[in-house]
Amino acid sequence: MTTRRLSEIAKTIRSKNAGVDKITFDVLFEDRTDYDLVRHSGVLSRAAISAIFGIPESRISDHVEFDPALAIKFTITRTISSGSPGDADIFGSQQYGPLLDIAVPVDGAKIPQL
Amino acid sequence: MTVADAPSIQHRRSASRTLRILCPNGHLGFAPIKTGSFQIGVESEPDLICADSGSSDVGPGPLGSDTSSSPLLWQSHDLEHMLLASRRLGVPMIVGSAGDTGTNSRVDLFVGIIKELARKHGLAKFRIGYFYSEVEKAHLRAKIEAGDAIAGLDTRPPLDLATLAATDRCVAMAGVHPYIKLLDQGADVIIGGRSSDCAIFAAPAIRRGFPEGLAYFYGKVLECASFCAEPYAGKESVLGEITMEDVKVTALLPEQRCTIASVASHAMYERPNPFYEYFLGGHIDMRECRYEQYDERTTRITGPKYVPAVELRAKLEGAGKVGERYIGMVGVRDPYTIANIDGVIDWARLQVAERFGPNGYELHHTVYGRNAILGEMEPLKRSPAHELCVVVQAIASTREMAEEVCLIGTRQMFYARLPAVKGTAGGVAFLLDEVMPATPAYRWTVNHTVRVDDPLQLFPIFLTEAGGR
Repeated sequence: MTTRRLSEIAKTIRSKNAGVDKITFDVLFEDRTDYDLVRHSGVLSRAAISAIFGIPESRISDHVEFDPALAIKFTITRTISSGSPGDADIFGSQQYGPLLDIAVPVDGAKIPQL
Repeated sequence: MTVADAPSIQHRRSASRTLRILCPNGHLGFAPIKTGSFQIGVESEPDLICADSGSSDVGPGPLGSDTSSSPLLWQSHDLEHMLLASRRLGVPMIVGSAGDTGTNSRVDLFVGIIKELARKHGLAKFRIGYFYSEVEKAHLRAKIEAGDAIAGLDTRPPLDLATLAATDRCVAMAGVHPYIKLLDQGADVIIGGRSSDCAIFAAPAIRRGFPEGLAYFYGKVLECASFCAEPYAGKESVLGEITMEDVKVTALLPEQRCTIASVASHAMYERPNPFYEYFLGGHIDMRECRYEQYDERTTRITGPKYVPAVELRAKLEGAGKVGERYIGMVGVRDPYTIANIDGVIDWARLQVAERFGPNGYELHHTVYGRNAILGEMEPLKRSPAHELCVVVQAIASTREMAEEVCLIGTRQMFYARLPAVKGTAGGVAFLLDEVMPATPAYRWTVNHTVRVDDPLQLFPIFLTEAGGR
């Protein structure tokens, strides 16, 4: 199976607070082909995200594909609200790190669903 | 269509009518307006100049302690540019969520700055409208006691009396209503308390009869200024135009453009879901939005729908002080110590517990180089770097106690007793052999909604005058 890193395919990979109790992740693509490749591959499915971050799927409050922006977007609930003692990312702006190295199958293969 | 079915002209407006709003900054005061693109916007003679000044992104500290995270100098700078342009053009200026938090003191601060600027520049007399958003704890307590639940957002349980008691300050999010009321009363400058970002821009559009769906979307697309344009450039101005049929937004910095991708990508920015936006009075449904490239630097949007709320509920934000805070920092280079860093931290925590007991303070060890930023969500937490920095945060009811908890929690890492450690002259490296006072720690105690009988109920409005000596 040939793979490429998500960071080589996506135009933007970011995270940011969505209110004080949630962090939202956006993965945006330059063109439709890349967007389709990644969303159909399953590497950013609810199950895959839950495995990457080691969180139950119940913490993923939203998961959408947003065609106008060629974007895959998901939102997770925080265990500590932003800026409260114990939180080390007040803006939620560095939580996307683990997404960069996701291996995306580029020969049409789907990753085995967990 | 029969004659009887045809919409009467009396209920429509000419499609050629527009309302154009210039937005110079997505968070007024947080970083100064870039004036070049703002001047380009002013030259295009907008009908209003509007900006949002609030954000919960700055954490619970500013709301809890009733301070701004933005410096006074930058707040004055931005207000000065907006005020002079709006007075010269003779168009209203609206600023919402004054001073980051939108508390009463921040509204008063901005009103005072506007008055002072009017004096400084010898401006002709004009009217300032303003409103407050702070909510009395007694009001919320009465609601809870009457069984009118303060509903939790984002999985929070309903607000209880203990959490309310732990809250220092609480603001409600205004909708369009106080802005419309103040425009009706002839305000030339409006300084708003805490408000939904989109309401600041939607209010003048709704007041002029534009469809609510488009008007709220208009606010949503403009509120972050140049964040809806590309390439990335912060604090640059954008210009919007609403008609009866569409919303258009254009980038003013010559290097920037509003593209379908940039505007759509902003529509999803810092919100859980790109399809719905909630505010006091209802929400907009953006599932049917269509984005088109109107010209090289302008995107046109159609299709957002307004859905009125069944019950009027205002969002509340509240913050409470946790305690005084000190910070310490240590470095670690020994691979064995790194592998056993949790044992080192446990040792230090044990020493604090021996001195102060297990409760009555908070002690956090944040391990940079392992999983400081993602915590338990860090996939690489079992493969730490070759050196670590541990930031120690101690929070207690007094500064003296916070300092001592922090000092023990930091210095005792130096004396940690790991069985097989080779280095016996000190377990950690100190950049500074001291602990440092930090601002008090606060937490978000309230992220809830409260039922209101009237959308103006929590937002008293006022008028005053400035200029004209």
